[in-house]
Amino acid sequence: MMTMIRSKIARLAALASTACLATPALAESGWGQLNMTEGVTAISRRIYGLHMEIFEICVAIAVVVFGVMIWSMVKFRKSKGAVADTTLVHSTRVEVIWTAIPVVILVVMAVPAARTLVAIENTTGTKMSIKITGFQWGWQYEYLDGGVTFISRLDRKSDAARELMSGIDPTTVDHYLLNVDHPLVVPAGVKVRLLITGADVIHSWWMPAFGVKKDAIPGFINEAWFDVDPDKTGIYRGQCAELCGRDHGFMPIVVDVRSKADFDAWLKQEAAEQKQATAPAAAPATASTVTPGTPAAQ
Amino acid sequence: MSETAHAAHTEHDDHDHKPQGWRRWVFATNHKDIGTMYLIFACTMFFIGGAMAMVIRAELFKPGMQLVDPQLFNSMTTMHALIMIFGAVMPGWTGFANWMIPMQVGAPDMALPRLNNFSFWILPFAFTLLIATLFVPGGSPAGGWTMYPPLVLQTGSSFPMLIFAVHMMGASSILGAINVVVTIMNMRAPGMTLLRMPLFTWTWLITAYLLIAVMPVLAGAVTMLLTDHFFGTTFFTAAGGGDPVMFQHIFWFFGHPEVYILILPAFGIVSEIIPTFSRKPLFGYEAMVYATASIAFLSFIVWAHHMFTVGMPLAAQLFFMLSTMLIAVPTGVKVFNWTATMYKGSLTFEPPMLFALAFLFLFSIGGFSGLMLGIVPADYQYQDTYFVVAHFHYVLVPGAIFGMMAGVYYWLPKWVGNMYDMKLAKWHFWLSTIFVNVLFFPQHFLGLAGMPRRIPDYAVQFTDWNMVSSIGGFGFGLSQLLFVYVIVKCVRSGERVTNPRVWEGAHGLEWELPAPAPYHSWTTPPSPAVIARGAQH
Repeated sequence: MMTMIRSKIARLAALASTACLATPALAESGWGQLNMTEGVTAISRRIYGLHMEIFEICVAIAVVVFGVMIWSMVKFRKSKGAVADTTLVHSTRVEVIWTAIPVVILVVMAVPAARTLVAIENTTGTKMSIKITGFQWGWQYEYLDGGVTFISRLDRKSDAARELMSGIDPTTVDHYLLNVDHPLVVPAGVKVRLLITGADVIHSWWMPAFGVKKDAIPGFINEAWFDVDPDKTGIYRGQCAELCGRDHGFMPIVVDVRSKADFDAWLKQEAAEQKQATAPAAAPATASTVTPGTPAAQ
Repeated sequence: MSETAHAAHTEHDDHDHKPQGWRRWVFATNHKDIGTMYLIFACTMFFIGGAMAMVIRAELFKPGMQLVDPQLFNSMTTMHALIMIFGAVMPGWTGFANWMIPMQVGAPDMALPRLNNFSFWILPFAFTLLIATLFVPGGSPAGGWTMYPPLVLQTGSSFPMLIFAVHMMGASSILGAINVVVTIMNMRAPGMTLLRMPLFTWTWLITAYLLIAVMPVLAGAVTMLLTDHFFGTTFFTAAGGGDPVMFQHIFWFFGHPEVYILILPAFGIVSEIIPTFSRKPLFGYEAMVYATASIAFLSFIVWAHHMFTVGMPLAAQLFFMLSTMLIAVPTGVKVFNWTATMYKGSLTFEPPMLFALAFLFLFSIGGFSGLMLGIVPADYQYQDTYFVVAHFHYVLVPGAIFGMMAGVYYWLPKWVGNMYDMKLAKWHFWLSTIFVNVLFFPQHFLGLAGMPRRIPDYAVQFTDWNMVSSIGGFGFGLSQLLFVYVIVKCVRSGERVTNPRVWEGAHGLEWELPAPAPYHSWTTPPSPAVIARGAQH
């Protein structure tokens, strides 16, 4: 008896959570893809909270306004004998009220939004910098203090499957269109500064889980940052978010978040490998690394 | 002497002697003939732009590339937008303006009939040029309708064609807008004061000022693109001291008022239809006029909310966020006034009212998502995703397009003197309303879940909602064939309208004219009594 009730409660709870947006269990299946990710940084969670707050306010307003509309449509039907009250054409009091209430609601929305924005714009206290250059069609990542530079493109399997009439079923490809040959590796629990630019046209570097989207504009360097929770190591995926030509849909962004120690080890090893690989031609390579404020090499 | 004058006058009175055959259309100076041409042109473009949308939805039906090359896909999204905005919605509204404004203000015709002819006949050439780009080397423009440099500068042979086509469309719109302003300002019948004008005429007056203010800005922006491409200037190239983001600022200074150009006339039509079928005057007429004017004013100071991710100073982002949120206030006033008009009314639900009501609900949904998009931190996650696509299609399809359909079903009996098939029109309404939601509502989910816009292929977790959306798209597209059938059937063999007022609760000067409306609307100005009867507020 007890177990039956308990299973019933569990089923009800499951049903309720299905009705709510974005349950972790459903997140993998297509039908459950309904809402914004909460992400893995303090900022992304604040953005999510803000998003839900505005959404809920909008739903509440909609319930009231649509409710009055539907009620009027049901109640004042001519077929039900409703007679129009043609004197009801104006009321200053009512009009002042329904101008003032939205203003108050907007202030309620604007204050936390402004606070969050100020927090996002606070780029002080970053511990390391990565320069990101978008190009047609991929990303170049450059660890400004670590001596590591590499290019990150759509992985081979996705690239083969995405050809017109390739005959390859995308569902058989691991993370179709969201996988790269060389992910960006970053440490968790460290405030990382991103310096974002474009090599040819405008791209946009978007990592939903970090709440970061910033345009990569040729000739300009945009600044953004993130600080992943120390316990949220793992792989995170995003895509270019600004139309940048034919293969705009095929330049994903993959970030591999590792613990600080793992990251340091990776960076050291990577730097050593790159130094060795480029040893004979070291001089021109270092010369072209970074000159902030100038357009990236075409 | 007096006899001759009288004879001349009689002849003048009866100048229904329009040119026959092709001359009637090519040399048209009559506001109704030109209005008809505008509407037919808009409808044609709606189907061409719609066919492109079908290509987009077919490719996005499932993951993997099945039908088109990514470059052609990008061309389809670009051309779909240009054709729908500049070819379907804007000429559609000018068609309505041509038909209705002289009738509503008590004038015989538009103030500048030859200019009217010219502004229409630019359009077929502009769009022939634009559509011809599909067949030139390098294909159609594929950099998005927003034409952002440097990407747009990579366009092939079609680049100068695109620029010239945009110039022509802009010229046509400006001429049409000038005609509207001059007509309203100079041709109103004595006694038709500004604050007696019907809301449709009012919203069009404000729209016309917006057009005159911003179309030259667009023309300037695309001209700078042209000189950057061909004459070595570097307005938008950092290497020469220019700035690609400056284009975005200029473009959206045009682009944001532009979205109100597309929607304000719909506000006007809905403001006429809801009172008619509620049998009750519009609630808060003056507030409606001032709200429209406020929206138009605010539309000039919110442009950068289209580009929060370009990296602007904090103060600029805060300013554009707050000014954007302010637009919700006058828009809210309008929605509340429409609702209050229905309150204590006597409602019936003929097709124009059905479309106006769908507009009310679905445009509001687009308004809510617009408010959400105005919140900068949240916009960082929404920007350039399907959430934005869902938002602007909610305000443009069940917004502007439904406004037009409501207008056609409202005034068609007056235009042609025949009533349409109510049953089929209701079918058209229900099919359109259901499919438009199946089409666009899931796109909110796709955007929030992380699907960027303007991509020809997607990760497999987006499959299900894309399929739903595509099914809605095909259904919506097919339903519009019914719209054309209802109109053709009405024109050819609709039942004769006996009452020139057509709708029981209709007020306004257009309903004081016979049905079908005479070739020259008000050859003598309506009397003050007729005007007072029309302006019921």
